[in-house]
Amino acid sequence: MSLQQSKDQLLNAYREMKTIREFEERLHKEIMTGEIAGFTHLYSGQEAVAVGVCQHLDHQDLIVSTHRGHGHCIAKGCDVKGMMAEIYGRSTGLGKGKGGSMHIADFDKGMLGANGIVGAGGPLAVGAALSAKLDGNGKVGICFSGEGSINQGAVFEAMNMAKVINAPAIFVIEINGYSEHTGASYSVGGVDIAKRTEGFGLKTIEADGCDYHAVYDAMAELLDYSRSGNGPSAAVFNTTRFFGHYEGDPQNYRAKNEVKEHRSSRDCLKKFCSDNLSGGIISQSEIDEIDVSVMALIDEAVTEARNAPPTPMEEMEADVYITYQ
Amino acid sequence: MAIKTYREALNEVMHAEMERDSNVFVCGEDISGGAGGTSGEREASGGIFGVTAGLLPRFGEDRVIDTPISENTIVGMAAGASLAGKRGVAEIMFADFVTLALDQMMNQAAKFRYMSGGKAKCPIVIRVPYGAGMNMGAQHSQTMYNIVTSVPGLKCVMPTNPADAKGLLTAAIRDDDPVVFFEHKAMYGRKGEVPDGEYILPFGKAALLNEGNDVTIVAMGRMVLFAEKSVATLRGEGINCDLLDLRTTSPLDEDSILDSIEKTGRVVVVDESTPRCSLASDIAGFIASHGFSSLKAPVAQVTSPHAPVPFARELERAYVPSPDSISAAVRKVMNYK
Repeated sequence: MSLQQSKDQLLNAYREMKTIREFEERLHKEIMTGEIAGFTHLYSGQEAVAVGVCQHLDHQDLIVSTHRGHGHCIAKGCDVKGMMAEIYGRSTGLGKGKGGSMHIADFDKGMLGANGIVGAGGPLAVGAALSAKLDGNGKVGICFSGEGSINQGAVFEAMNMAKVINAPAIFVIEINGYSEHTGASYSVGGVDIAKRTEGFGLKTIEADGCDYHAVYDAMAELLDYSRSGNGPSAAVFNTTRFFGHYEGDPQNYRAKNEVKEHRSSRDCLKKFCSDNLSGGIISQSEIDEIDVSVMALIDEAVTEARNAPPTPMEEMEADVYITYQ
Repeated sequence: MAIKTYREALNEVMHAEMERDSNVFVCGEDISGGAGGTSGEREASGGIFGVTAGLLPRFGEDRVIDTPISENTIVGMAAGASLAGKRGVAEIMFADFVTLALDQMMNQAAKFRYMSGGKAKCPIVIRVPYGAGMNMGAQHSQTMYNIVTSVPGLKCVMPTNPADAKGLLTAAIRDDDPVVFFEHKAMYGRKGEVPDGEYILPFGKAALLNEGNDVTIVAMGRMVLFAEKSVATLRGEGINCDLLDLRTTSPLDEDSILDSIEKTGRVVVVDESTPRCSLASDIAGFIASHGFSSLKAPVAQVTSPHAPVPFARELERAYVPSPDSISAAVRKVMNYK
């Protein structure tokens, strides 16, 4: 039995999951045109985690994300057009085109940044949590991570530090099956990630990361725990990645039908719809309406990003420091 | 004005800044010390060099955070909190351990503002006791400031006397950019006059500690003390030196260097680092590119050798640049025809 959510809340959650999905599916197509430079790591398949977590948060709750960060950004309220422009490397991007896909941040929204260094978010999230603790405002610092970062020393340090200083940090670990091109069954010694987090004294919940309601409910419990001064906690969500590590990854390490099967049986958007349509809480026409407006938003975002002016050369050495004599 | 040690000056600044701004907190290994020990004494060390003594009893455990031995997270935690509106002052017990925190320093704190197109503010200070001369061996004696100076987005500060320690640490804590603050371990007991009340020194302004028309000595950190001795010796030989204490290596006071060289035409750069990719080689390169027409002799570089810091007393003493080696370099550029 999952927690009660209002119709507005459910429709909002669906809109965000759909926005992430279409943002990523569209990027997958646009990247093939050669117009977008560099590495792009798509989040499709994992939407229920980002949205199920961030539905509980406001702008004063702080998150840090990963190289696969678009979903966390959208779920935390980053401007979709500003994100698209950033990925196109345009002056209108959230980072004026100087960060790129792996470094989207919006501090006003409590989004402290995607990150190109696997595991680096752990210490930063503990710092965000420390800030909340010092302010006594009941807010949290959340570290999104995966089975890649769970093998980084920085994350172990961060979990231990969070426990030692009793900071309201929550480690959200998204197990999508792979760290880059290597399976979790190979790279995670001992395999059981929840045992690791429990070993650091973190209250830990495991749940199906392809089930929005399961994620939402798990986070409700952990947030209540960490917001109440009990210290850090962790969520381990099993999920799936619909694309490769990066766009262009031939994915030779995956069984031929794996993605196809996951798209058919482990699609969190499909599950969300069937769960909530069958109960009559939301209607197909409401879903359709959201789909149309999301598609329009993504179209506009791509068109505007394409037509936006490039980042001017004066930006090269700007923003390195606030002041420098 | 009062006579204080370098250590006391730093300690007083941290007290004053924590008093002044409740967003300032400090964190590091054993900065108070004693937590979890069997004696029950809860300020057992006040920092391995005593620089953070007295902060815990005055400001409490929330803002004076004794951490596990986790350098990367000490810096990362301070950086994350500083992104969220705090001002973290992190201590890395020995400069050599900067290697363990380098991801958070170099990839994270240094780059947030640039990557976010000017939106991020990360006002963190990383205090770093550094340097050779105390027989601590190859992993507890390095300078590291040459690496930090090379990173865009970090500022690099190294006071050489108690007054500058006060003025520069106050400036560092109030600065809105990430600052790495290097304190030479052998200078903590150095005494000097310290201005009363609020005292702030700007970054990027070298101090001209001695004036002379013959040779320019550019030095930083503890090497300034050795250069002062050399200057006195050379004065007796009729050689008069400009002595520039850089105070900060990023930003670098390029104008003061070029102005002095224009006058003297001869320059010796003194740097405790090993020679490759050092401050000495960096400044020598800068002078070659921008002050070549002023030069009457090649730029001399006095550095440690290209070797780890040795333990044995005799070897370590010979390893670090000395007043004698600085004087020898000055005589050499004076004799160049």
